[in-house]
This record gives sequence, C-alpha cells and structure tokens, in this order.
Amino acid sequence: MNLTLRVWRQAGPKAPGKMVEYKATEISPEASFLEMMDVVNDELTLKGEEPIAFDHDCREGICGSCSMMIDGHAHGPNQGTATCQLHMRSFEDGATIFVEPWRVRAFPVVKDLCVDRSAFDRIIAAGGFITAATGGAQDANNVLVPKVASDLAMDSAACIGCGACAAACPNGSASLFTAAKITHLAQLPQGQPERYRRVVEMVAQHDAEGFGGCTLHGECQLACPKEISIDTISRMNRDYMVAAAMSQEEKVGGGTG
Amino acid sequence: MTRAVSFWSSTVGKKIVMAVSGLIMVGFVILHMVGNLQIFEGSAKLNSYSAFLHGPANEVLWIVRVVLLLALVAHVVSAYQLTVLDRAARPVPYAKRDLQAATIGSRTMRIGGIILALFIVLHILHFTTLTLQPAALTEGDVYANGIASFQLGWVTAIYVVAMIFLGLHLYHGAWSSVRTLGFERGRLDPFKRPVAIVLALVVWAGFTLVPVAVYFHLVP
Amino acid sequence: MELRSRVPDGPIEEKWDSHRFDMKLVNPANKRKYTVIVVGSGLAGGAGAATLAELGYNVKCFCFQDSPRRAHSIAAQGGINAAKNYQNDGDSVQRLFYDTVKGGDFRSREANVYRLAQISVNIIDQCVAQGVPFAREYGGLLANRSFGGAQVSRTFYARGQTGQQLLLGAYQALERQIGKGMVTMYPRTEMLDVVVIDGVARGIVTRNLITGAIESHAADAVVLGTGGYGNVFYLSTNAKGSNATAIWRAYKRGAAFANPCFTQIHPTCIPKSGDYQSKLTLMSESLRNDGRVWVPLAKGDKRKPDTIPEAERDYYLERMYPSYGNLAPRDIASRAAKRVCDEGRGVGPTGLGVYLDFAAAIARVGEDAIRERYGNLFVMYQRITDENPYRVPMRIYPAVHYTMGGLWVDYNLMSTIPGLHVLGEANFSDHGANRLGASALMQGLADGYFIISNTIADYLAAKKLSAVDTTHAAFKEAESRVSEMTKKLLATKGSRTVDSFHRELGNIMWEYCGMARNEAGLKTALEKIPKLREEFWREVNVPGSADTLNQALEKAGRVADFFELAELMCRDALERKESCGGHFREEYQTADGEALRDDEHYAYVSAWEYAGDKATPVLNKEPLEFEYVHLAQRSYK
Repeated sequence: MNLTLRVWRQAGPKAPGKMVEYKATEISPEASFLEMMDVVNDELTLKGEEPIAFDHDCREGICGSCSMMIDGHAHGPNQGTATCQLHMRSFEDGATIFVEPWRVRAFPVVKDLCVDRSAFDRIIAAGGFITAATGGAQDANNVLVPKVASDLAMDSAACIGCGACAAACPNGSASLFTAAKITHLAQLPQGQPERYRRVVEMVAQHDAEGFGGCTLHGECQLACPKEISIDTISRMNRDYMVAAAMSQEEKVGGGTG
Repeated sequence: MTRAVSFWSSTVGKKIVMAVSGLIMVGFVILHMVGNLQIFEGSAKLNSYSAFLHGPANEVLWIVRVVLLLALVAHVVSAYQLTVLDRAARPVPYAKRDLQAATIGSRTMRIGGIILALFIVLHILHFTTLTLQPAALTEGDVYANGIASFQLGWVTAIYVVAMIFLGLHLYHGAWSSVRTLGFERGRLDPFKRPVAIVLALVVWAGFTLVPVAVYFHLVP
Repeated sequence: MELRSRVPDGPIEEKWDSHRFDMKLVNPANKRKYTVIVVGSGLAGGAGAATLAELGYNVKCFCFQDSPRRAHSIAAQGGINAAKNYQNDGDSVQRLFYDTVKGGDFRSREANVYRLAQISVNIIDQCVAQGVPFAREYGGLLANRSFGGAQVSRTFYARGQTGQQLLLGAYQALERQIGKGMVTMYPRTEMLDVVVIDGVARGIVTRNLITGAIESHAADAVVLGTGGYGNVFYLSTNAKGSNATAIWRAYKRGAAFANPCFTQIHPTCIPKSGDYQSKLTLMSESLRNDGRVWVPLAKGDKRKPDTIPEAERDYYLERMYPSYGNLAPRDIASRAAKRVCDEGRGVGPTGLGVYLDFAAAIARVGEDAIRERYGNLFVMYQRITDENPYRVPMRIYPAVHYTMGGLWVDYNLMSTIPGLHVLGEANFSDHGANRLGASALMQGLADGYFIISNTIADYLAAKKLSAVDTTHAAFKEAESRVSEMTKKLLATKGSRTVDSFHRELGNIMWEYCGMARNEAGLKTALEKIPKLREEFWREVNVPGSADTLNQALEKAGRVADFFELAELMCRDALERKESCGGHFREEYQTADGEALRDDEHYAYVSAWEYAGDKATPVLNKEPLEFEYVHLAQRSYK
C-alpha cells in the first residue's frame, strides 16, 4: 500500500508545531499502524531527518501508551482497539491519513505525537485506590463478591489509561477515565469504606487538572479501546450526589489516604 | 470551602444543577403545552383557563414563575461556566475531527440554548407583558392574542423555528439529565432513547401545532 | 567472587519464619531517614516501592514509561498461582513448591521456591483487599483455572487481563504513597548506571527522557525491578521498551549475572507474518485448558483445517504426554511444536505454526462459555490475523517470552553488590531453567510486597553507611561515562538504523540460541555477534540530539547492551553441556527427544562476573542442593 500521512510535528513542549506531509510506501496491509510508522521513521532516519516521536510499548492494546488521533478518530477508525491494534488493512490504498496527538489542555504535547498524561496519575493519587497496606489482609475468600458485581467492576477496571476518552470528548473531559476507576472500586465490598470520599477527591482533581465537563455526547465510549460504557459516568454522579448529601465527617471517616 | 461551594465548583456539581433545573423546565414546558392546546377547544375554554391562572391560582402562578426564573438562571449560569471550562480544556483544535457518537441534539445544545433564551425573552415580551405587539393584543384575551399573532407568517415562522430547537434541546437534555442524575437509562445509540424521543416529539409537535394551525385557519 | 546464598538453616518450612526473626529491624521512626531507590514500577518494583513507602522509607521510584501503570507486567494475561487449595483438589504449599522446582527442571534454589509457595497465599489476600477484580463463582467465592505443568486448579485470574489488574492494584497503592509524599516518582526516566561507593550500591545515574538531562540520585539502597531481557531476540512478546540496560550496567559494576541462557519460549503466540513485524503477540496459556493442539498427520498437507478428518490429525501433545496433554509445560510444548514443524507438518503460510482448535470445546460447552472465558483473547487474535477463531482454529507458534536468568541474588534478594537488590524477572531466583505459567506474577509480587520489605531492613540496620551525596566523585565518573556513550552514539551517523541492527541480532539469537542450541551454532553466534556489534558502533545512525526526547537514542543504548548480553547468553549456553528446561542442547537429549539433564556436573547456578570489556567473563558456580525434592527426569507423560 502507498499512503500519504499528514503528521503533527512539534519539537518540544514550548515549540510551535505544524502538520507535515510524509509518504509511506510499500506498506503491507498486514502491518499494524505503528509498524507503518516504524517504516516511515526508518526512512526519515536514513534521510537524515528526525523521526516522528510517538508513544508505544506493549503493542498489544494493554499498556495504554499509544495515543494517536488518526483521521479524526482517537486510536483510528475501528472500535474497541488501541492504535497498536489497528492494521493497515483498515485503510484504502492511496489514502491520506491525518495523525495528531491528543489535544487536551491537561495533556500538554511533549514532542510530536507524545503527550504528558501525568494528570491521570494525579487523579488516581487523589483517591483511586483502596487503602490496604501490605500484610493486613484477611483471607481472600472471606470477602464474598457477587459475580455480577465482580464482572461489572472488571468491565470498568479494564481501562488502560490511554486518554482516548478525553481526546475524543468535544469538551476535553476525562469523566470516563475518572468514572471507570470510581465504578471499579465502588462495585466491590472492599471499596465501600472510602467510596464517597474517593468520588469527591477524584472529581476535584479531575477538575483541577483542567479537563472539561461531561455533556454526554458519548464520544468517549466509542473511542475507548476497552469499550467502557458511559453508564460509569452515571454511577459516578450518583455517588457524587450521595457524597454531597452526607456529612463531611462521614466522607472523611473512610480512610486516611 | 463549604459543601455547597465545593459542590458548585465541580464540573459534576454544575452538571447536576443543570440537570435538575432543566428537568424543572421540562415539567413546566409540558404543562404549558397542555394549556396551549386548549386553543382547539375554543375561546371560552382557553380564556377561562387563563383567568383561572391569573385569578384564584395567582399565588401558585407566581411561585411557579419564581421557581422557573431560578431554574433558568441556574441553568444558564451553569451552562455558561461549563462552556467556558470546556472551551479552555481544548485550546488547540484538531486539524481533522470526525465525531461518531454526538447527535444533532447534543451538538446544538449550546447554540440551541442561546436561541431558546432569546426566544423566551421575546415570548414573554410578546404574550406575557404584551410589550411587543406584532398585531393588536388585548390583556386577558389569550385566545384572540394567539389568533391575531399567528396569522402573521413571520411570527409563526419564529415560533416554528424556535420549537425545532426546543425539540432538539429536549431530546438531548431529557436523556442526558436523567443520566447525569445517576440513572443508567437509554442507550448511547440515538434511536434507543425512547422516553427522550417521545418527549421531544410530543413537545415539539404540541407547541408547533398551535401557531401552524392558526396560520392555516384550522382553529375554531 | 564469593556467592553466599544466605539460605537460613532449619527445616525448609521454617526457614522464612526463623529468618524474619533473625533479621535486624529498622525502628519505625528511623525508616524515614533512609532513602531507597526503586528502579522499575511493574509488579515487583511497583509493589516494592509502595510497600517500602508504607513502612516509612523515603522512596524514589523510576520508570522509563510515561506512567508507572504502563510497566510490562500489565500485559500478563492468564493468571497468578497460589496454593490456596480453594478447589479442594489436593493442592498445598508443598505441592506448589514441588511443581515449581520440577517445572524449573531442578535448577532453582529450593529455599527460595518454598518461600515463594508460602507467600503465594498472602498475595491473593493482599490483592483482593486492594480491589483486584478476580473472577468469581456465582456464590461470590474466588474462581480458579488450570495452567500448564500442574494437575491442580490453583490459578487465580481476572479475565485475560490478570497482569493488568494486579499491576493496577500495585500502581494504585504506589499512587497513594505518591499522593502522600512518601514516594517521589520519576516517570520517563531511564537508569543508565548504578553507582558503587566503598563496595556498596549508593545510587544511580539516570537520563531524563524528555530533557535529556543526565542526573544522579543518591540513596542508602538500590532496588532493581526492571524485568527481563527477552528483547535480545528483537521479536518477542515483551513490550518494545523492555530492556536489560539496568541489570546489564549493574553487571558491569560488579553484580553477577546468573544463568543468562535460560530463556523461555512460550508455545502459544501468534505466528510471525512479515519482516516489518515489530513484536509477537502472546495468546494466553490458559487457552490450552480448552484448546486442542494439532497438526496434520501428513507432511505438507495444505488442506483447510476443517476439511482434514479427525483420523488425519495428530494431536501430538495428547499423544506424547497423555497425562498432562495440552497442559504440558511451556518448554516441552514449545519444543514439540518446533519438532512437528521441522518435520514439515507445520501449518499456515510460513509452515511455522500449529493449530489450537476450540471446535471440541465449543461443541462441549457452547460458544458463549468460551467467549466468557477467553473472549478478549479471541478478539485480539481476530484483530491481528483477520481470522475468526470461533470458526477456524487459531494458528500458534512459540515465541520468546520470559527470561529465567537474571542478576544473581541471595536469599535476601541482594545481588553480589551489597545494597543492590533485585526483584522479579530481573533476578534469577525462583524459576530455574523453566518457569511455569502464572508464576511470574506470583514471584514479582512476592518479591515486591513481602520479601524486600523485610530483607532491606536487615541490610540497612546492619550496615553503617557513610553520608554520601551526588557530588561524590563516583557519581561524576558514572555521569561522564553515560554522557560519553550518548555522545558516541549520536556522533557515529552511519548508514544503518538501530532497528536494523537489533533485528539482525535477534535473528542470530533465534537461530543459534533459541529453542534448540548446539555447540557449533553457539560458536558461530559467538563469532557473529562481536562482528555485528563492531559494525553497530561503526555504522549505526542515531538521529537527533541528546537534549530532547529522542527515542532512537534510547533504543540505541539498549541495543548496545543487548549485544553484550547476547554474547554472554551464548557463552553460558555453550558452557552448560546439558539440556534442562528452556535450555535445550541438541547434543544432550533422551532417546525420545526429551531434555537430558546432567545433575552430576551441572546442578549449579552459573553466575557470570564481569572482568572488563576485553576480558572473558569469569564463571562462578553456586551449587544447588536438593534436600526436599527428589531429583528426577521430568515426566509429563
């Protein structure tokens, strides 16, 4: 296959950026999108140009590193896939493909297609955990978890933290990411003691990072490589309302973070 | 920070305020529509309903007006603030973006909201305060005022256009506000939101029917 | 070099208990005075960093990824073993211990493995308390599945994403400590050297991958949890970034490297499809619970799989190993696949593949049950190959997956450099010559949550460390060494890309030091690798500059280390004149083609000691004694 790429190039966080055109030639339709990028980069290197920086690691859709806006779709046109799982057979020969970084204020561009997603780490640090210091746990089977709850928790816990939800959201909101973690932990009996404190802290951090608010366009659900549902956002809001209705003492009582 | 402030300062809190205020207005809109449709039962019926509201039910009417005003202010202020936040969250736009899930309803919430806000002002100046008189209007004769106004094509056109935006606003607003309030009802698939679809269609049709029927002389 | 394993005396089941009593403690109020550097944020490093911080140590944690959540542990699919015996099927700590030592083909240290089996039960408790959503039965109890090399059901799992869920548990615990200020996290930071002062590890030198700044960090102890070196082979199931740089540079500072030739080839991966290919994707071993492995009986049979009648299929694992069948251990299943493909009976366009067929299981339990168990794996397979595995059998072929070798550590997980501790896949300790499925996660978490947190206190409390900061000459020396290498890589500007060298190195390793090895091949490799390495330093083209994000530069440094490590692997494979586990020397096999161990001469750990760039490394041996497990030829028949 032969393709034309229009790729965002930006030398550093403060540098100005622009879209630059490249040709990708003789690409196998069986190659993954990132393998196509490898080929382009090898050619750039040998021509003495700087290759295109992009985040990637596991290349099997689980680490959440890859993060490209491909032709106006987060992670490309296919649903339920990360960029690394996108294969060139999904494109027409001769196509022009736009490749851009996630465009969210809370994810500043580091270089070319790489962005800084540490905002997500800080949202987790604000409360996306169960306080359980090593060594104090009771026998695992003492906590019964209904299969339905466990399955639902797993659906949300599948989040890979790639940031596609915020990238796809017309409002630049990371509600789906935040709600997925809140839902994962709130489904489980172990997550109850800190449940309401968690939702308040995580939402506050989400806002402090500069993400926008959710208006339920639903773009995030279709962009999510793990197909996490916007139902999680309803659950987050529900918990948020309960938390608001509770006394402050009750919320704080859950854990010591 | 007090609890109310922290609630209001969060995006989720503001969304909840928007959802609740929106649902209050949805309730009002339905009552308003039912009231309007009485025009098809003739002058006596509609005018006596109006007289009832302004007479025995006057205190209730004022309470409703105050509640609606508060809801409207809360709705607009939260919408404005969220819009500012949302715009700021994406300072650099995409060179190419292809939305997949957003509906015409969700995409027109902001522009539709502005149009509806302007329409509400016009509508109050027109039928409530009688400040704007496209045709000669008389206080108390709601029926005659309606007939006189909607026989003018351009007045009817303004109302018809505004009601399209109301329908779209309700379609997304009704669905998203119940979701915002924690109900996992209706699907992302735009055709699998039965309540929102029915509500939007009924309200749109109910409100559009009156001016259009008047314009085409179909009202007794 | 003296290899003191520090295995405590006493009966094996009491060793860990009595050792914990004998070890020195650090007073809670004093812990904050100690700084511990943890490199790597996967199951071992992440769990270790979180736990050390919980205890009160001042922790600095480093990872090259943009977030600690992306460490490659996240890609582990199938599960984690624990001797809970929840299924009442005869499991016990003793049995997990036995299975692991036997699975490792009797090349691991008994005491370490026993401790691992003991701790396995605590790991599950800890992970459940953290909210890891393990699979459940309808009654709410934990579910188990079977895995290779065991006849009991002791594997806990979270769909096909067990590694991800366990890592997120550790990551969340780590983020909690970061939020509390107990851990300082350094993402996108790569360790490039370890600094040894007065014979003990006192810090590291790193490169900030965004700014390119070379920085020094001083500490009272250094912990490496930097994973394995499977990427020596270029194509492997490892993440692209997985590398050996941290352990390799530690080796060059005096840490012995143990059993480098012990690599695990995983039997169930999606076969390679072309030269552009950048990595191989694993299909979880758990699939062998329900999938049946077969090839056509006849050579070169190119018929579609569903048109080949039962009578003309060879379910070779079931035929050769009737009691374990499709659940034979990884090394054995991989070699069997290689054998049938070498016979010309391989399937798929390249002939390097065998079928993993679910038709029988779908007929037995229905498509929905299979989807429930393996849905995400099937989807993954379909995306890569464009074939629907519910309709046509999967095609699989072995691929490099895990490295049992690693830095040599004693019972306390300390390397031969005092103060330098090594956890998880980066050390050599628990898996011998072959790792059983679902045991890597177990070891990473055991090391991180439960072992290092105890043993580091013993080191810190016993050692009087002088005050050292990053102005020390040793830090400056390490910084300039690192900068020199960077400069040299950037200055070469030759005619070949880093990847082209890496790919060529991988081909050499796969050919001569892969699933089967022999003396002539290893000697060939030992000639080819130095030549290629020399060419690398002459012809490599690393674009860009040092003071910015430069992914080619990162890769170049890692590949430079892979060249040296590859040589050591071949040297080790050549020296070990026996077959054991993943190390299969063609000269040493039984009449029916199984690995033939030589316990009389090779029941030891090979611990290689760096002797300088030009000198041959020195082989030290730690003899392995088996008091509790009877040495026998492994039989899974």
